[in-house]
Amino acid sequence: MEARSLLRTFSPAFGAIGFVFLWWLVAQLKLIDPVLLPSPQDSAQAIWTGFVKGNLMADLRVTVVRTLLAFLIATLICVPLGLVLGSSVRVYRSLEFVIDFFRSTPASALFPLFLVILGVGESTKVAVAAFGAGLLILFNTAYGVMNARKVRQAAAMVMGASRTRVLVGVTLLESLPQTFIGMRSGISFALVIVIVAEMFIGSTDGLGQRVINAQMIFNMPEMYAAIFTAGVLGYTMNLIFILVERHFVHWGGK
Amino acid sequence: MSARPASVGSAGASADTHITVRGLSKAFGGQPLYSGFNLDFPRSKITSIFGPNGCGKSTLINMISGLIPVDAGEVLFDGKRLSETVIGYVFQNYRDALFPWKRSIDNIKYPLQLAGQSPADCEARTQELIASFDVRFDLNRYPYELSGGQQQLISIMRALAPHPEVLFLDEPFSALDYEMTLFMRDKLQAIFASTGTTMIVVSHDLEEAVYLADEVLMLTRRPTRVADVVAFNAPRPRFPKTLTSAEFMAAKAQCLDVFQREVQTKELAQ
Repeated sequence: MEARSLLRTFSPAFGAIGFVFLWWLVAQLKLIDPVLLPSPQDSAQAIWTGFVKGNLMADLRVTVVRTLLAFLIATLICVPLGLVLGSSVRVYRSLEFVIDFFRSTPASALFPLFLVILGVGESTKVAVAAFGAGLLILFNTAYGVMNARKVRQAAAMVMGASRTRVLVGVTLLESLPQTFIGMRSGISFALVIVIVAEMFIGSTDGLGQRVINAQMIFNMPEMYAAIFTAGVLGYTMNLIFILVERHFVHWGGK
Repeated sequence: MSARPASVGSAGASADTHITVRGLSKAFGGQPLYSGFNLDFPRSKITSIFGPNGCGKSTLINMISGLIPVDAGEVLFDGKRLSETVIGYVFQNYRDALFPWKRSIDNIKYPLQLAGQSPADCEARTQELIASFDVRFDLNRYPYELSGGQQQLISIMRALAPHPEVLFLDEPFSALDYEMTLFMRDKLQAIFASTGTTMIVVSHDLEEAVYLADEVLMLTRRPTRVADVVAFNAPRPRFPKTLTSAEFMAAKAQCLDVFQREVQTKELAQ
């Protein structure tokens, strides 16, 4: 009994341990050229030195700031917009195709366009990321509002709430679980776009730029270090979001 | 005074009439549901609404309470418009009607806050309700942490908080188990006894419709008219024993007659 509950507690760790072990085994047996696949120890060492002596920390910070900035801009514009669009089904229906079209267009395909408009700089990376994340947030918020249970709005109305109060006090909250799904997808998407932008559009810093630089000079441990840091960043942001979500939308799914 | 079909142009409603419905018309997809519908609801009585499926029982109270717009017609509460009248509404589905982001106690306070009452007044009124309902469970919990009956009790307390002139209840106990239903019927009667609030209850359960009511408003199939108004004058408070009394049986039988006549007439006509 005791052993089984212990097993259950630590079972999520087994996959991770197994993965590292497999990696270690493959590296140890030299099944893959060690230049391409350094051992886990070397990669861990690279992460350590990258943070302590190198500027991995600085690159991480830059990437985080860009991602959060893009996410913030997207949220500030698209949550209110989604709320307004969603509360009028007719307006949303008429714009649905446009929103769906641009949501389906790979945001990375828009880089050249944004480059022409905004130039090679900070704003382009943030803008493309915000654009992509924003559409995700927009249509999720709008759907949340459109699918909001009409009974709660009716309940507030019959108690004498004005249209604005129903919108802000009921519909907005009612759509929050779906809005949060949009925001969570949005922040992950913003990270993807920021990393790609750092790789290819004239960046001098950021995790993406670090990955591509390490690859160019064939410094594989450092490349893996940057990749893992990006992975940990993505995972952590998602985790924080889930915790925030659980706190603010405690009624979700109930 | 009874909930009777009033004729248009009748010399005003009497003092015992609380709600007057005149010339009410509503069509869905070109099919008329109500057409020139007239009705008076008596003051300080419980009126049950019963009728065949799809005859628009809920639609009727939703139009009276302003949840659904009418195509034509007028509804007055003591001669006032809805916007000048405080009403309460208890929905069938308490899970969808309560605000899950507010604690139960804040759900009850919501209509008071809407009316712009001070926090102290909100608190005082809430405590009054808690005392009169003899609530023993923790109102600081969120609605989804409570049982179905407790949630519907919160719904009813929320509807009653602003001292409504009329309380609408749309199949309020149909989602509860029988034990809870009996308990809630008692609660509702106790509220009625202490406040005398005019109540309009939609029910799909004839037993319940008769048991709660002073008058049962029987509706026809669509286009909907009033088939009959059956009075039930058993003394209050009523108990489960009332359900086996001769008076109850007679009233229920009369309702059933009207109901079957309505259903059959239509079937023959079709």
